[in-house]
Formats: sequence, C-alpha cells, structure tokens
Amino acid sequence: MKHSTRIVIGIGAMAAASALVLSGCSSNTPSGSSSSKALTKVTLQLQWVAQAQFAGYYAAVDQGFYKDEGLDVTIKEAGSDTVPIKSVADGDADYAISWVPKVLGSIEQGINVTDVAQIFERSATTQISFTDKNITSAADLKGKKVGSWGYGNEWELFAGMQKAGIDTTKGISLVQQAFDMKGFLAGDIDAAQAMTYNEYAQVLESVNPKTGKLFTPADLNVINWNDEGTAMLQDAIWADADKLSSDKAYQDETVKFIKASIKGWAYARDNPQKAADIVTAAGSTLGTSHQLWMTNEVNKLLWPSTDGGVGMIDTKAWDNTVKIALDTKNDTGSTIITKNPPKTAYSNTYVTKALSELKADGVDTVGASWAPITVTLKEGGK
Amino acid sequence: MTRSRPVLLGVLGVLLLGAIWEAYKAFGPTDGVVVGGLTVLPRTSDLAMPHLITMFTRLGEPVTSAPGSPALWNAVLQAAGFSLGIAAAGWVIGVVVGLLLAMLMQRFRTAESALLPWVVLSQTVPLIALAPLVAGWGSQIRFGESRWQDWMSVAVIASYLAFFPVSVGALRGLESPEQAHVELMRTYAVGWWTTLMRLRLPASIPYLLTALRLAAANAVIGTVVAEVSIGLRGGVGRMMVEYASASSGDPGKPWAPIFGAVLIGLVAAGFVALLGLALKRYRRGEVVA
Repeated sequence: MKHSTRIVIGIGAMAAASALVLSGCSSNTPSGSSSSKALTKVTLQLQWVAQAQFAGYYAAVDQGFYKDEGLDVTIKEAGSDTVPIKSVADGDADYAISWVPKVLGSIEQGINVTDVAQIFERSATTQISFTDKNITSAADLKGKKVGSWGYGNEWELFAGMQKAGIDTTKGISLVQQAFDMKGFLAGDIDAAQAMTYNEYAQVLESVNPKTGKLFTPADLNVINWNDEGTAMLQDAIWADADKLSSDKAYQDETVKFIKASIKGWAYARDNPQKAADIVTAAGSTLGTSHQLWMTNEVNKLLWPSTDGGVGMIDTKAWDNTVKIALDTKNDTGSTIITKNPPKTAYSNTYVTKALSELKADGVDTVGASWAPITVTLKEGGK
Repeated sequence: MTRSRPVLLGVLGVLLLGAIWEAYKAFGPTDGVVVGGLTVLPRTSDLAMPHLITMFTRLGEPVTSAPGSPALWNAVLQAAGFSLGIAAAGWVIGVVVGLLLAMLMQRFRTAESALLPWVVLSQTVPLIALAPLVAGWGSQIRFGESRWQDWMSVAVIASYLAFFPVSVGALRGLESPEQAHVELMRTYAVGWWTTLMRLRLPASIPYLLTALRLAAANAVIGTVVAEVSIGLRGGVGRMMVEYASASSGDPGKPWAPIFGAVLIGLVAAGFVALLGLALKRYRRGEVVA
C-alpha cells in the first residue's frame, strides 16, 4: 500500500509539473487577427518597458492612426539588455526608438541605420541636488559625489563637466546610480542623474523626513543640460538604412509610420490624461499621477517644435550631438565614436513628407500655442 | 507530534527572520554598518528597510489608483504563477538534457572527457551576454505558422542554468555503484541498458534528488533574471524592475514581487520534495544537501 501511495504522489507531482508547463505555454498564445489582412505588419522596438515616454506610439495604436495609414503596428518592449537598434539590424523590428548617442556608437560598429524622425527635440536628462548643496551649474559639481547610471546615459553629464573645466577622472567622485532614487535621498549622492519625466518625479513623490510632507521643487536645484549647452538628442525613430536605400515599399511605409506616430504625439499633447490612461491600459504599472506627470513632461520635450514640426532633425542639434560624441571621454576614458558618422545616419526626407501630409490633413505639428498642464504628484506616484 | 514539528520549526524560522529584521531596524545604527567605506549592513531608514507591516498592508492595496486596478497580492500571485510556469518548462528541459548528457558521458568515457569541460565552461558565460543572444536566435525561428515566443527564450535560459547540476549530479550518481555490483551485472551478462535501469539509475537517486533541487532553484533564478534581461512582461522579474521606481515614495511596493519570487522558490522546492517522497525507496544513504 505504501508503495502505491508513493507512486500516486509521483504521478501527481509529474502531472503538476506538466500542468505548469502547459499553463506557461497557453498563457501567451497570440489572439488571431482576421481583419488585418490588408494591413502591413510593422513592429516597433522600444528602448524600455511601456510608459508615457512612449505615449505617442501607444496613442497612435489605440486611436487607430496607424491603421488609417494601412499599418498594423506591434509595439515590442525592451528589457535591461535589449539593444533596440540591433532588433532593426537583425530584422526583428522595422523601427526602433533609441537615443542618438547610443546609436551613433552602434553605427560606427557597422550597424547601418538612419534617424528618420527626431521625436524628442530637447533632452530630458538633468542632474539634481538638494538646495543646501549649492550645486546650480556644471562647474559646481567639482569635488562632489556625482551619480551616473553609466551604460551610455552619462555623456551629457561628462560633456557638461568637461565643458566647465572639471577633470572628470580626478575632480569628482563618481557614484554608480541604481534605477531608484534611494541613494540620492540617503545622501550617498550629492547630485543625481534624473530624467525630468521620471526620477525627478520620484523624488517629489517621496516624503521629506524633516517636514513629514512630500519634497517640493523648491527643495531641489536642477542642472539642465539644454541650458548648459551639452544636451544630446534623445528619442528618435530609427529605420534600416539598407532597406531605405533600395526598398520603395519600406520608404513609403516609413513616411506613413512617422505620420501616424506624430499624430499620436499630437493626441498626447491635446489629451494628456487620456494618453496616460492609454499607456496604463497597455500594461504600464506606474502610478496614475506619475504616468500623467511623465506624459506632461515628455510633451515639453516635443512641443512647441522650434524647427518646423515635430520629428524634424535640426542640423545644429545633430552636429552638436556628434561633436560631443567625438570629443567627450567618460570615466573609462573612451569616446562614443572616433570618426564622423556616415551621411545615412540621419535623413529629413521622410519626416518632411510626413509633416506636409499632416499639415494638409489639418494636424497641428508645431504646437505653438501649447502650454503644459499642472500635475499634482501623490505619494509614491499613486 | 513528529509530523507537526518540522512545520512548526519552519514557521518559527520565518517569524525569527521577521523579528531580526524589525529588531535591527529598531536598534541598528541609522547609517548602517560601514566597514572600510563599504556598507555591510543596510541603513535602518524606512526607505532602505520598510517595516514588515508596511510591506504587508501594501499587498492588500491596489497596484495603482487607476480604476479596475487589481490588489497588489493578486497581481503578484498572477505574476508568480506565470514565472513558475516558465521556470517549470525550463526545469523540465534542463532535467531531460542533463540526464541525457549524464547517460552519454557515463556510457562513453570519450564523451565524458570531451563534454564535461564544456558543461562546466558553459556556466561561466554570464547571463547578461547569453539572454539577448537567445532572444535574437529565437526570433529567427518559425515553426510553420507559429512564431518563437519571448517566454520560450526565458525558458531556454532557465534550462541553461538548470541542466548543469543535473548533468554533473547524475553522472556522479550513475558512476556511484560499487565495482562489485557492476561486475555482478557483468557476470549476469546483461547489457548496458539493463545495468542502467536496474543498477545505475536506482543508485543515482540520492545524487539526482540533490541535483534536481539545485536545478529547480537555478531555473527559478534563471527565469527571473532572464525576464528582466529581455523584458518579458507578465512575470515577477519584470515586476521588480517596474516597481523599483516606486521604492522611494512607496517603499512597500518593490517588496511585493520579491515575496512572489520567494513563493515560487518554495513551490519549486516543495515539488522536488514531493518527488523525493515518491522515490523514498531509493534514498538509502542519501547525503542531505
């Protein structure tokens, strides 16, 4: 009898294992789409998980802007080790969102891609510190504990410090910064890297132990790299350069994709709350007030557009980004690139076409009269 | 009495851990224990070490204040179930591959000399290098209409960590019978297969169970890390990354997926223990690992 009990337990255990395996299999079966036969399938590779940083693309999917252009867009999220541009090069994705300096390095290593639309005109990277540290410009970082995420997120900071005459190998103590702001709040970091749309808000969502209330912008000094002159171009839409040069269908698809994406961003500009809700519905678990804050801050990076419409690549800003990429040495002593990128690294051809089509449709692609909303952050971003 | 005692001790252990946490928080140095500039023990602030009660009450609240947002414990349970499924798939693949390798290496001495160094070497490849590669290769694969799914990449990475202890442990187990027993088999003139089934496999069980337990732990770790690495949505790994951004304003939240991961580990360990119970007959002289 005892023997048979063990056999039963064994069979039970095996059954449990196989049930788990099967549940793992079944939970991810894609639902078949029957109505999308006429649509061209397009995959967009993001550089991080779903959040309002990508609100325009999610809005364009949700509002059917891509469908209107005949595109069936799938948005792929990234993990900590995903290199978005590699997905395009490998053919896993048709387009990718990535920062310009990160891609410049990849281009020099032989990946042939083109910046076809510069969605973010301004940089969102800042260096923040508590006001009692008196750090108001890059020069003040000298001798301080300076936080940096590294991995290609450090270039504006290093360029800014080097521009201010700081020897970045000896003049500061560099602290590796985590994804959260605990190190900054605990005082391990004097000046921490913070995206206006994310980490800055994380601090404002935390309780100041001295007052028992949330931190306020008045508690913080912000060094903005746009003002310091070392801002680099960030989120852009990247396309496969080889395919662009030979494939007429891909060229047309690129124009359509940019057009619908910008329309999505215009939607996020005019309906920030709805856009934030769309991103949350797409699976982001960020708190509601944090999501809205991010939408609003990201809008500030696009609108108003100062160079003729969202997506246009400003030659001066591009050249400045390339110059910093060539000249700035980070803590390991390396530069992003050693020679100028090829001509194919960016092109305004497709975005110009997309913008003129949007204008003909009556879409405001400049947002001259746009003003940001006021977002009240709650504790923990809830 | 004998039945309830281990359970009681287990519960006591958990309670003790909780008590140590709260005691350190209450009486430990505010700035943590720093030795030579390195923080050995954490700060006792609410950010670094939230009260247990903060973590547990947070579990009962919704994930976000968006309407229809599920309670945190519910979301974590779902994520844990998802990760557990993938870990189980990885474990099964790892065990099968590991056993096959062990049998091959036991059967052919040349195979052992040729393969074993590679098996050991395989574990020195860092996961962060491997994960994007697997995801990249996977996306090139099509089986007819269906495509390779991202969760399969995660399962493959989990199995990559899981096969190692099985192949090494099973090999040791298969080679564990005394020479006299092997020779007895030979005098009976039975072949390799019968020797394997009648002698070597039963003898390998004590080694194998330890290996299976290690493999289960490895599969869980591999799953969680690979989820973070390739950004697969649905599991606890991804949840940890996403919730990390709340750690300063909502310190209880990032702990929830950690509890989820612990839960997966417990279920996996419990499952292997169940297997061990079924194989009790063969567990004479097992070294408890």
